[in-house]
Amino acid sequence: MLMSLSCTVLGVGLFIVTQATTSGFEEFFVKTLLGTDGAMRIEDRIQDTLRSMEVAGSPDFQIRQREGVKYIEGVEEPQIIMDTVRSFANVRGVSAVLRGNVQVSSSFKTEDGQVFGIKLEDHRFVSELERKITTPEGLGKFQESAGSALVGRVLADRLQLTVNESIVINVRGESRRYVVAAIYETGVRDIDKTRIYIDLAEARSLLRKPTGATFLQISLHDPKRAREEAAHMEEVLRHSVRPWQEREKEWLSVFRALSVSSAITVTVFTLIASLAMFNTLAMIVLEKTKDIAILRSMGYERRDITRIFLWQAAIVLAIGAIVGGIFGAAVSWGVSLVPLPINTLFKTEHFIVALSPWHFVQAITTAVVMVMIASLVPARRAARLEPGDIVRGTAQ
Amino acid sequence: MSTPLHAVSAAPVGDFALRCSGLQRYLGQGDGRVHVLKGVSFEARRGQVYAIVGPSGCGKSTLLYLLGLLDQPDGGDIEINGQRMSNSDDFARTAARGAHIGFVFQFHFLMLEFTALENVMMPMRKLGRLTAPEMEARARMLLDAVGLGAKTHRLGTQLSGGEQQRVAVARALANQPSIILADEPTGNLDVKNSTLVFDLLTRLAKDNGQAVILVTHNPEIAQRCDVTRPMRDGLFV
Ligand SMILES: Nc1ncnc2c1ncn2[C@@H]1O[C@H](COP(=O)(O)OP(=O)(O)OP(=O)(O)O)[C@@H](O)[C@H]1O
Ligand SMILES: [Mg+2]
Repeated sequence: MLMSLSCTVLGVGLFIVTQATTSGFEEFFVKTLLGTDGAMRIEDRIQDTLRSMEVAGSPDFQIRQREGVKYIEGVEEPQIIMDTVRSFANVRGVSAVLRGNVQVSSSFKTEDGQVFGIKLEDHRFVSELERKITTPEGLGKFQESAGSALVGRVLADRLQLTVNESIVINVRGESRRYVVAAIYETGVRDIDKTRIYIDLAEARSLLRKPTGATFLQISLHDPKRAREEAAHMEEVLRHSVRPWQEREKEWLSVFRALSVSSAITVTVFTLIASLAMFNTLAMIVLEKTKDIAILRSMGYERRDITRIFLWQAAIVLAIGAIVGGIFGAAVSWGVSLVPLPINTLFKTEHFIVALSPWHFVQAITTAVVMVMIASLVPARRAARLEPGDIVRGTAQ
Repeated sequence: MSTPLHAVSAAPVGDFALRCSGLQRYLGQGDGRVHVLKGVSFEARRGQVYAIVGPSGCGKSTLLYLLGLLDQPDGGDIEINGQRMSNSDDFARTAARGAHIGFVFQFHFLMLEFTALENVMMPMRKLGRLTAPEMEARARMLLDAVGLGAKTHRLGTQLSGGEQQRVAVARALANQPSIILADEPTGNLDVKNSTLVFDLLTRLAKDNGQAVILVTHNPEIAQRCDVTRPMRDGLFV
């Protein structure tokens, strides 16, 4: 009993811990990417190409056939599209972004980078840029002065920049000087080392693109519905709309693989728990054959005997689920204190766990199903024993 | 003894509570297969006490298991209170055991993790005819009757062999079965207690119209029974 109980506790506990950690990292990753690049992006205009062909003998009659889809880079009429997008119920915000490749120089050195022209009042609703500012001055200066820029932590370190120092941005031979208004850190290394945010109007003039936008960044009230919304918007707007699930599918599939592999490990544990349960109960059945004979001689039915043994399993399960749940929660909490600095996909100083009631439900359901299946066999075997065979000692 | 023991419906003395005819039983496999019961016929009337005697290994316990519906014969018929049981299913045989038969095993008596009181209440719980307080009162009364009124809360493990055997007798009486089958119920008892148990069984048979069938090696006890059936090599002689 103790063996199967401890296995059940371990199974349930570890199930919770592994699920909490893998989903913790995944959730954090998703949160980071939603907070930086939004739930979806509208990027390119879709143009249907039509091929006409004349039907032989009848010059007036033509068959038009869709041949394929052509994408025209960028959003030509951002304001119209943005107004339409805002009419979708799930949309929380939309922001036009103009992007261009540049070279950034400080007095120290020069690096390649990308300028992101944004309108702060729009962009606030589609990213958590505001909360990623690490310098105490905040966004105040960026808001006031068109000649200021937000620089990522990594780039700032490489250029040895601090707030209020100036940088020179060079595009196709033309250079302009900007003041560093603040330094941000998203934790995503690729972003922090390349992106420089400047005002959209300033970017238009710098990149010489008086109209249009490279993409529209959209945030949703319910990001889980991004795929459906994207498909819908694509129909309506005739622009390609990429939801975050598609944009980040490589990383998401890595997380999926991770959680599957940990689920397998954990299932093995519950399997061991159920084997232990099977073993324990089979042994108890052997020990208790005489009691089974006595009970049966008193008029107890086969199903009463089954019930008695399943009841034992149920007690083990109940204790195992409760203790395992507490154990899992405690270990998850302990794991969340383990230092683990990450600064590539997202930024964290220690292990991330996301305990959700769903993990407890899953862990306990798995344990219940497996232990009960394992218990059913010996319990039914006990019920099938003939009392006569038992008392003669010839019961199998 | 106080009233409840006597308050049972007094069935007409003389009816057959149990009949069997031509019982055959083989035990063992292959070369070890033994013809243990070779056509045993037997009947027991209500209100009578029967003794089955005979040398060790002649098949007394085997017969009792068959009569108690704990085992199935290879041939022959068993009738309990006029109902043919020999080819009925497990469910019917189990129900008949609970309602009509009280069994005392030759060797193992109690569920040792339970108290004497709980052991005696166990058949009543399954039958479910009494309320919990009634069950407890009846169990106390029965334990009192076998001289264990002071040890009702002892666990099975804390009782001597003879005490366990007496609890088993009390338990066999719990549901007021019409048939009591006891495999050497006084085997482990001193003179005083074996007289106590035997007197109890006889009195019940007389007062409640129960048929008592016991296996015994004790000639004195056998002599005091209404009918003695000697057995040898799987047959009554
Ligand atoms: N599993 C078995 N396989 C073969 N023979 C068996 C088996 N069990 C019992 N026997 C034989 O059946 C016969 C009857 O056994 P049973 O237990 O009925 O005897 P008994 O009359 O009750 O003896 P005792 O007075 O010693 O209790 C014995 O000869 C025994 O050896
Ligand atoms: Mg015997």
